[in-house]
Amino acid sequence: MLGILRQKVGAGSPSAMILGQRICPATSAMRGFASSAKEMTVRDALNSALDEEMSADPKVFLMGEEVGEYQGAYKITKGLLDKYGPDRVRDTPITEAGFTGIGVGAAYYGLRPVIEFMTFNFSMQAIDHIINSAAKSNYMSAGQINVPIVFRGPNGAAAGVGAQHSQCYAAWYATCPGLKVLTPYSSEDARGLLKAAIRDPDPVVFLENEILYGESFPISAEVLDSSFCLPIGKAKIEREGKDVTITAFSKMVGYSLQAAEILAKEGISAEVINLRSIRPLDRKTINDSVRKTNRLVTVEEGFPQHGVGAEICASVVEDSFGYLDAPVERIAGADVPMPYAANLERLAVPQVEDIVRAAKRACYRASSLAASA
Amino acid sequence: MALSRLASSSSGSNLLRPFASALSLTPSLRRPISSAADDSTTLTIETSLPFTSHNCEPPSRTLETTPKELMTFFRDMALMRRMEIAADSLYKAKLIRGFCHLYDGQEAVAIGMEAAITKKDCIITAYRDHCTFLGRGGTLLQVFAELMGRQAGSSKGKGGSMHFYKKDAGFYGGHGIVGAQIPLGCGLAFGQKYSKDETVTFALYGDGAANQGQLFEALNISALWDLPAILVCENNHYGMGTAEWRAAKSPAYYKRGDYVPGLKVDGMDVFAVKQACKFAKEHALKNGPIILEMDTYRYHGHSMSDPGSTYRTRDEISGVRQERDPIDRIRKLIFAHDLANEKDLKDIEKEVRKEVDEAIAQAKESPMPEPSELFTNIYVKGYGTESFGPDRKEIRTVLP
Repeated sequence: MLGILRQKVGAGSPSAMILGQRICPATSAMRGFASSAKEMTVRDALNSALDEEMSADPKVFLMGEEVGEYQGAYKITKGLLDKYGPDRVRDTPITEAGFTGIGVGAAYYGLRPVIEFMTFNFSMQAIDHIINSAAKSNYMSAGQINVPIVFRGPNGAAAGVGAQHSQCYAAWYATCPGLKVLTPYSSEDARGLLKAAIRDPDPVVFLENEILYGESFPISAEVLDSSFCLPIGKAKIEREGKDVTITAFSKMVGYSLQAAEILAKEGISAEVINLRSIRPLDRKTINDSVRKTNRLVTVEEGFPQHGVGAEICASVVEDSFGYLDAPVERIAGADVPMPYAANLERLAVPQVEDIVRAAKRACYRASSLAASA
Repeated sequence: MALSRLASSSSGSNLLRPFASALSLTPSLRRPISSAADDSTTLTIETSLPFTSHNCEPPSRTLETTPKELMTFFRDMALMRRMEIAADSLYKAKLIRGFCHLYDGQEAVAIGMEAAITKKDCIITAYRDHCTFLGRGGTLLQVFAELMGRQAGSSKGKGGSMHFYKKDAGFYGGHGIVGAQIPLGCGLAFGQKYSKDETVTFALYGDGAANQGQLFEALNISALWDLPAILVCENNHYGMGTAEWRAAKSPAYYKRGDYVPGLKVDGMDVFAVKQACKFAKEHALKNGPIILEMDTYRYHGHSMSDPGSTYRTRDEISGVRQERDPIDRIRKLIFAHDLANEKDLKDIEKEVRKEVDEAIAQAKESPMPEPSELFTNIYVKGYGTESFGPDRKEIRTVLP
């Protein structure tokens, strides 16, 4: 089921068709829910989640650039203006600091805003409100002011958008106590985690991925139900294995699953964990897995220094040191601003072969494992 | 009464404006001191100055009050004054740590605003928030205990001087980042409009914050969406140590909204403040945002670390205290209308001092928070996630 993903980009660049990375959803079709042949794109999953939560709670409203008349820069909010009207789907001027602050203030008052950043690169203009006005308020007020807000939008690299439009913010936001940081991969993740985020009484940073928007995943009736919700803080084991644990989030889950297929052919059984939640981080699932496999490869798209993988490595060293048979391996984006040229860009982001190589390194360090040529 | 201008020697500023006549034109009658309860007699007074407006018709400078209101204003402002002075002593005694930004001199803004609005209207301000909190119904005990980091504090000791809140009375803090409270306040107004509550939000900020970009971003959105947001610039003429003319190309803050109407108000005259806030509320409910510039003054420096004299002269400070002090203005009005005499007011000041001292004593009795409080209120719902102390092998906890 290899497909070429096409997308229309609204932000900044002239409208163009973009060739996305090829991602094979075939492996996830082997997972539990595939009895019905129903498939749903991540885009539709997010749209349906927003629709259902807005329908269920009149306090939920959307705010952001182009979310209304334009139908969403990436069409995530398509149709919602028509359905819910301009009071609940608010197009804003291009003033992130202003509209994010207004969103947080509305959350103080008791409404449930969903603020869209066209990409999370622009969230830096509003980061003071996310951290100081939203994340810390419940603590500083000893519980008087809670902030039930969701900040959502595409995060990380797209394709060919250059250094200022490609950063991953998972590690930055996940540092801050008081925030929750979620990273959906599949359509099931998108629906369940977004619904959970909107219902959550605390500020949630919801990091989507532009390349994944157009990708289709099989989806069960349970997931389609309007009450479906995924727990926050729980990772999902996408593929069970026994030789090496691979942790990943967002688009890298797909890459890790591909890597696991390749590794399987070479006799290495990889367990792939879809983190789903960067904060709270599901340390238990990760550590339980490492205690089983004794080897760990962390995968992320963002900058390596002080990244998500660094935290996972530290956690495993602290809690499961005796179980490690090899040093922890980290695969991350290159330690460079994202270049534009296609070949350089390819070198700047993790590829499936990088994950495979790291997993093999983790496995061949121990002398007891038989090395195959 | 002759009006004379006193120019400050340092900058030719208009800070020492004339103490204009506020006397009633009706003859006063000798009254007994039970005027503290007298709500029925009407006194007509004038504000110190007429209002200056931008893009709107200013309200009248003539208004009505009662003996009760006058006496209440006196008492409440005296209480705020005493509270801040006591906080100064506590800070010097090292019972208050970190930041402490005092409001003495600016009491008329807090009191006048409260007199014009209800607790369903919202107020949000920056870090000079002790008196604003008190005005919203906070207690002295909550103030002093919070300043000293004790359990009886308004934020249970976890917020400190800059983070007082009283959500049940529409007070949303208490913010440390200069200017951030302005979009937040516009967000409160958004919530009020969305919920059809027919209430307004007053977002207070200083002349230092008045140049922040996010102010203009939020004001633009508020004007586009007709939000009932009232931006109140408490212009005490110094953003920390920087005088307004050094920070703003145009220090006419009431005009900075451009298409948004504005009003310039003598912030040392509690009646002017009340009238302006009443006017602004009516305006905002019908027409969207409006800016109020309160011309006020702080006697203390920016915070307790600032002596307040490296960037302004002592003459200027004492000059304002002599010519424009908000409490003295009310004192003179009370005498002019024979509502009380010198001794009565001194008695009130003594009572107020006693109240403050008792609250401080009570606050000192309040314990510091339990160590377990380190980990509470991070989230409303923690989902059993773990949190850690500096040594996570030593202190590790589960968040409920």
